[in-house]
Amino acid sequence: MGEPSTSEKPRFWRTPLDLDKLQMPKGKVFVIKERCKGCGFCVEYCPRDVLELSYEFNSKGYHYPVPKNEQACVNCKLCDMLCPEFAIYTVEKEKETEVEKVGN
Amino acid sequence: MIEQQTCTMVEHHPMDVLLRQDRIPHIWCSGCGLGTSLTAFISAVKDSGIPLDKMSVVSGIGCTGRVAGYLNLDSFHTTHGRALPFAVGLHLGNPCLKVIVFSGDGDLIAIGGNHFIHSARRNMDMTVICVNNFNYGMTGGQGAPTTPIGAKSTTTPYGNFEFPFSIPYLAAASGATYVARWTSLDTRRLKKSMQEAILKRGFSVVEVISPCPTLYGRFNRLGTGLDMLKTYQENTVIKHGADPASVAIGKDGKIIVGKFVDIERPTFLDMMKQGLGAKFKIPCLERDVDKTEIPREDE
Amino acid sequence: METESGVLTGEHFLSGNEACAEGALAAGCRFFAGYPITPSTEVAEHLAERLPEVGGIFIQMEDELASMNAILGAAWAGQKTMSATSGPGFSLMMENFGLGVMTETPCVIVNVQRGGPSTGLPTLVGQADMMQARWGSHGPYEVIALSPSSPQECFDFTIKAFNLSEQYRTPVLVMSDEVVGHMTEKVVIPSADKIKLTQRRTPRVPPDKYLPYEPDPDGVPQMAIAGQGYRMHITGLTHDIKGYPVITEEAQVALIERLVQKIRKNRDKIEEYEEVECEGADVIVCSYGISARISQLAVETARAEGMKVGVLRLIVAWPFPEKKIDELAGKVKGFVVPEINCGQMVLEVERCAHGKAKVILVPHAGGGTHNPDKILDAIRRAAA
Repeated sequence: MGEPSTSEKPRFWRTPLDLDKLQMPKGKVFVIKERCKGCGFCVEYCPRDVLELSYEFNSKGYHYPVPKNEQACVNCKLCDMLCPEFAIYTVEKEKETEVEKVGN
Repeated sequence: MIEQQTCTMVEHHPMDVLLRQDRIPHIWCSGCGLGTSLTAFISAVKDSGIPLDKMSVVSGIGCTGRVAGYLNLDSFHTTHGRALPFAVGLHLGNPCLKVIVFSGDGDLIAIGGNHFIHSARRNMDMTVICVNNFNYGMTGGQGAPTTPIGAKSTTTPYGNFEFPFSIPYLAAASGATYVARWTSLDTRRLKKSMQEAILKRGFSVVEVISPCPTLYGRFNRLGTGLDMLKTYQENTVIKHGADPASVAIGKDGKIIVGKFVDIERPTFLDMMKQGLGAKFKIPCLERDVDKTEIPREDE
Repeated sequence: METESGVLTGEHFLSGNEACAEGALAAGCRFFAGYPITPSTEVAEHLAERLPEVGGIFIQMEDELASMNAILGAAWAGQKTMSATSGPGFSLMMENFGLGVMTETPCVIVNVQRGGPSTGLPTLVGQADMMQARWGSHGPYEVIALSPSSPQECFDFTIKAFNLSEQYRTPVLVMSDEVVGHMTEKVVIPSADKIKLTQRRTPRVPPDKYLPYEPDPDGVPQMAIAGQGYRMHITGLTHDIKGYPVITEEAQVALIERLVQKIRKNRDKIEEYEEVECEGADVIVCSYGISARISQLAVETARAEGMKVGVLRLIVAWPFPEKKIDELAGKVKGFVVPEINCGQMVLEVERCAHGKAKVILVPHAGGGTHNPDKILDAIRRAAA
């Protein structure tokens, strides 16, 4: 069941009884462009296929991640944990205003 | 050219609080697994609940040895192979400190091999994170005691013909109370394992298999860091509780990961208390570290 | 006799090694990491018994390299620390001695010298590590080394070594030798309040303003220890005042200048020697350790023959008393330097005499002390 779905509704084999209470979290992606060294880990391993590499370079000449489909992000934080450069992280969308203050 | 969106651009990362921000970006190559290991470590440290002022990180020389320079904790970058005895001194000098040794395979197992086995034997209460990239990276890609048979390096230009060490076997045989191995791809389990190791009483060892695309990977045509991670993904087998004697990385390239050893054994200071404590009063023998619940996750 | 404070006040009959151990305890040393090596093993054995009595920790490490690093680590945890070894172990400790100098870590290392090179004469005397004490580790640096000639001095100089190491934030050496280490003599240990101790300079600023290697006016930085929230970074690489590695020429020049000047600028306070009858002397016998005691007979005999002989005994061998030798060289006919090696400290005497006086070496390859007649002979040649 690894197919990335961009639709709002998840697909289940049997409908859970508390489906109306289930909410897929939504994530917002933050990138520190100048730290990126273009390794591609985040792009490759995002389970929702949210990212792709930019056409532009950063000042060191690396292609950094840009969102192909930020709506699909579920805040799994795999990019955050895999990134070797502390250059990308996600925050759950409700909490985004607090974290944007920290990030800047 | 197709227009691309951009993510929200920011200047700082939430983990920056534990990093020396004036030294980021770090010197490690693009695709190196060290950054990922450090990220997992910082998460583990934050979630362990141990007061950050009480943590001391000691590293040796090498690419992994540079970790100490990036952490915003009391950090000591010592000489090649001697991180462990320095850590022993730090620990015994003030048993209230939580001492973590973060170093590479060459540093800990070759030149530091003697200190590794003795510290494990004594069951010194400290954690060792050994990042294994199968060569000596910082100095240009020489063979190490973990280089697999047949692998090329600058000092094994015709292919390595020496048997390598199996670090979990060595650690377990020497008396470590917690031995685990993970790859740098498996970050969630790695972070959880590091957290367990940090909170574990006794000598705990976590080996992290990490790609070195610039040297080991290039000499052995393993591709980029991403290619090496994909190889790990295909070849990793999780076997918790496996016999450490059977987890050597063999010719088939299969990497057995998991938590191999998790036992209880009196630490050096416990034994000292037992042996001398009845007659003598030795201050500060109790570590004042808070234990927190390790979050349960599906494996 | 109080032992809780570590000061074994009273009159004792101790060997030099035991006296070193007692001196360490009296100075406040509560951590010892060592490895057995003849003829220094008694220091470790004595401390293995005594340290638990005073609440300290003794550990026998797996080798001398581990011992040297363990004492550095424990110093950063806030302890006064010591190790003891002899020639082969001293060689092993050299790399990390350099780490101690570079990171400015206070600790004391006792070298009970024996015959060398290599395994040499484990149970017999030598004094052939003096130049190694000065130059043993790689790179440019200054060192402080003391040279006791008796068990009483072993006690006193070990305390002095701790004080100097805490004051100047550097590892300090006590260059004992097998004869002094194994001879037993009366050692008077005063009460604790009569022993003056120096403690390291702790930070006077809060953690957010603290810079690990920003020197005070005398060149010595304030030293924080691990676990107090200073979050410092300490490295053996060339570093700036924040402690961060900086691999540039400018950083190296700045750091090494300060490390070297830290000792050189303060040498007047560090140098110490014993001058006996040097005023108006024709010949001065310049020696240290056990050789200084052996020369006494030769000196007395020479004086009885009417010669004017003075004695300059080195208490602090490094930094070497350059100015004193230079001054004396202008006034005497010659120096006689008896030492149990093939010529080490004599090179310093020659260098500092600037050709103004004769310098005669009385060497001994090791394994025994000098025959005083040979020293007397040299004194006669120097006076001629």
